Amino acid sequence: MSEPAARIRRALGTWDVVVLLALVAVAVVGALTVDGVASPRFWRFVVLEAIPIALIALPMTLIVITGEIDLSVASVLGLTCSVMGQLWVSGVTSLPLLIALALLLGAVLGAVNGLFVTGFGLPSLAVTIGTLALYRGLAYVVLGDRAVANYPTTWTTTAIQPLPGTTIPWMILVVAALAVVFAVVLHAMPVGRGLYAMGNNAEAARFAGVDVRLTKFWLFVASGAMSALAGVFWTLRFASARADNGSGLELAVVAAVLLGGVSIFGGRGALLGVLAAVALLGVLRNALQLAYVPANTLTVITGSLLIASVVGPNVAGMLRERLRRRRTTTVSPSS
Amino acid sequence: MRSGTKRIRLVAMAALTALTFATAACAEDGGDGTTPGGSTGTMKTGLKIAFLPKQVNNPYFTTSDNGGKAAVEEIKGSYSETGPSEASPSAQVSYINTLSQQNTDVIVVSANDKDAICGALNEARQAGAKVVTFDSDTNPTCRDLFINQATAEGIAANQVKLISEAVGPDGGEIAILSATANATNQNAWIELMKTELGKPEYAKLKLVDTVYGDDQDQKSFTETQALLAKHPNLKGIISPTTVGVAAAARYLSGSTYKGKVQLTGLGTPNQMKAFVKDGTVKAFALWNPADLGYLAAYAGGALASGLITGKEGDKFTAGKLGEYTVGKDATVLLGDPFTFNAGNVDQFNF
Repeated sequence: MSEPAARIRRALGTWDVVVLLALVAVAVVGALTVDGVASPRFWRFVVLEAIPIALIALPMTLIVITGEIDLSVASVLGLTCSVMGQLWVSGVTSLPLLIALALLLGAVLGAVNGLFVTGFGLPSLAVTIGTLALYRGLAYVVLGDRAVANYPTTWTTTAIQPLPGTTIPWMILVVAALAVVFAVVLHAMPVGRGLYAMGNNAEAARFAGVDVRLTKFWLFVASGAMSALAGVFWTLRFASARADNGSGLELAVVAAVLLGGVSIFGGRGALLGVLAAVALLGVLRNALQLAYVPANTLTVITGSLLIASVVGPNVAGMLRERLRRRRTTTVSPSS
Repeated sequence: MRSGTKRIRLVAMAALTALTFATAACAEDGGDGTTPGGSTGTMKTGLKIAFLPKQVNNPYFTTSDNGGKAAVEEIKGSYSETGPSEASPSAQVSYINTLSQQNTDVIVVSANDKDAICGALNEARQAGAKVVTFDSDTNPTCRDLFINQATAEGIAANQVKLISEAVGPDGGEIAILSATANATNQNAWIELMKTELGKPEYAKLKLVDTVYGDDQDQKSFTETQALLAKHPNLKGIISPTTVGVAAAARYLSGSTYKGKVQLTGLGTPNQMKAFVKDGTVKAFALWNPADLGYLAAYAGGALASGLITGKEGDKFTAGKLGEYTVGKDATVLLGDPFTFNAGNVDQFNF
C-alpha cells in the first residue's frame, strides 16, 4: 500500500476523525432540513452553550486518559458561583479580583480531590462522587436558596459579546487558546506521553520515570480551576449566581469526553475528538430542539449516543484485533 | 507515521474552528419588522404560541398548558409546549433560544429564575416575540406581561372566608399552620388574614396561635398534633401551604378530631382529594392552573395582535373568562383563588 493511502486510512480509522465527520454531517444535514440551523444565531447559541462544557472537558480529557475521573466538576462550578455571588454581595466589586478568587477557590477544591486520590490512594470515582455532594452542599450553605443577580450589565453583556462582525461570543477565543495549551501538553510534550502511559499501566509509567502522583495531583488542580472558570462564565452569562448552577453538567462533560473517543479505562483518546464531540452534542441537541423533538426523546437520543460511543470504539477495536489475529495465523504456517 | 496523523489532527482542528466561524460570520439576519397599527380590535389568527413551563412532565404545568392549548385553539393559533425535563434556568434558556429561532409569536413562560432567563427572553423579544410570564414571574424588564395567579389580599380573604364557613356561625378558636417563620409570602398572608379577621362578620372567630411546620411533612404533622393538644377548644386550622395542609389533613383524618376540628388551606387537588371525600376537609383553595394558562394564552394573543401593549389600563377579552384589565407593572390578575370542594375536586389532576 502506498504511503499517502495508508496515512489517510489510518486517519479515517481514528475515532476522533469519525466524530469530526459526524459533526460536519449533522451540521450539513441539519442546515438543509431544519429551519434555522443555517442561521448565524443558531451557532451563537450552540457556542454559548458549549463554552462551559468545553472548558471543563479539556482537563477532564487528560484525567480520563490517565484512568481517573473527576465527577465533582459541576459542583465546583456551583460552589464557585455561590462564593462569587456572596463576595459580590459583601462588597468585592472588582471583577479581576473576583475572577482571581474564583480560580483560586477552584484550584483549592481540585487540590482537595487530588490530595485524596494521590495522597491516600483512593479511587477518584469514589472521592469525586463524595466531593460532588460535598461541594454542592457547601454551595447551598453559602448562598442558600438565594440568587445573586445584580451584577453590572457591562459585565454580563461583555461575557457574551460577539466577535466583531460575527455572532460568535469572543469567549470562544479563550476556549481555543486553552485548548491549544492542553493539546500541546497532551500531544506534544513528554508529560503527555506519560499521561497515556499512566492510563495503560500505572506501574510501568512509574518505572519509566513519570511521577504519577504529582502529575495526577496537578491534573485535579487544573480541573478545579477550569471548572471555576466555567463557573465565572456561567454566573456572568446568566447574570445569576445560584447554588444549583450547572447541576448535572458533569454528565454532559463526561458524555462529550467518552463520545470524543477517550477510553473510560484510560490510555486512549485525543483532544480533537473531545472538542468535536462537545460541538456534535451541542449541534445535535439544538437542531433536534428546533425540529420540535420533545425533551424526553432528546434525553433518550443523547443517552443512546453515549452508549454507542462507549461500545463503538471497543467493538471496532475487538474486530480489528480479531482481523489481525486471523491474518497472522494464516500467514504463520508458510513462514 | 505518527507525526503524520498528528498533522492531520491539527489541520482538522483548525478546520473545525474555521467552520464554526464561517457559518457564523454571515451577517445577522434582520428578522421581520413587526407591523405597527392594524389593531382593528380582532385577534390575529395563525399566531405561534408556545408554552414553556418550569419543567415538562409536571402535572401542575400539564394542567395549565392544556388550558393554554384550549385558548390557542379558540383563537385559531398554533400551540406548542416545550421545555426541559428538569427545572433548571440554564436548560430553560436553551429552549427560549430555540423558540426565538422558530419565530414564535408568543412565548408563555414560568420562570425557573427571575434573572437567569432574562437575557434570552430579551433576545427573543428583539427577534419579534411577545413574552408573557405566568405562575412565576421574571424581572419586569424582560417580559411584556405577567399573569398573576392571586394577590395576597385575595388569598387572605379567601382563606378566612373558607374557615368561617367550615366552622359555622358559632365561630370559635382558630389557628394557623404556616411554612417557615421567615417565609415572606406566608407572613404577608398571615398579616392580611389578621386584618380580615378584624371585620365584623368574623367577630366570632378568634385566632389563638400560629405554628410553623417548615414545609416539612413530618414537622407539619407533629405541629398539628401539638396544636390540638395545646388548644382543646380549637375549632379550625388554616394552613396556607400545600405541604402543611396535606400533613394536617392526614393527622386529622386519623384522629378523633376528624370532622370536629375544621381545616382549610392552600392545597392541590391530588393531595387533598382523599381528605375531602372522607370529610376531614370541606373546602380548600388554590388557583385554577387551567384558567391561568388559558388567560396567559389570550393575553399573549392580544399582545401579538397589537390589541394591547401591556400598559396599565389596557383591556382585552379572554374568551370564556371575560374581560381583563392590565394593572400596575404590566400585571394581569387571574382573579380570586379557586375553591375546591367535594363537588369539583375530581375534575382536576395536578
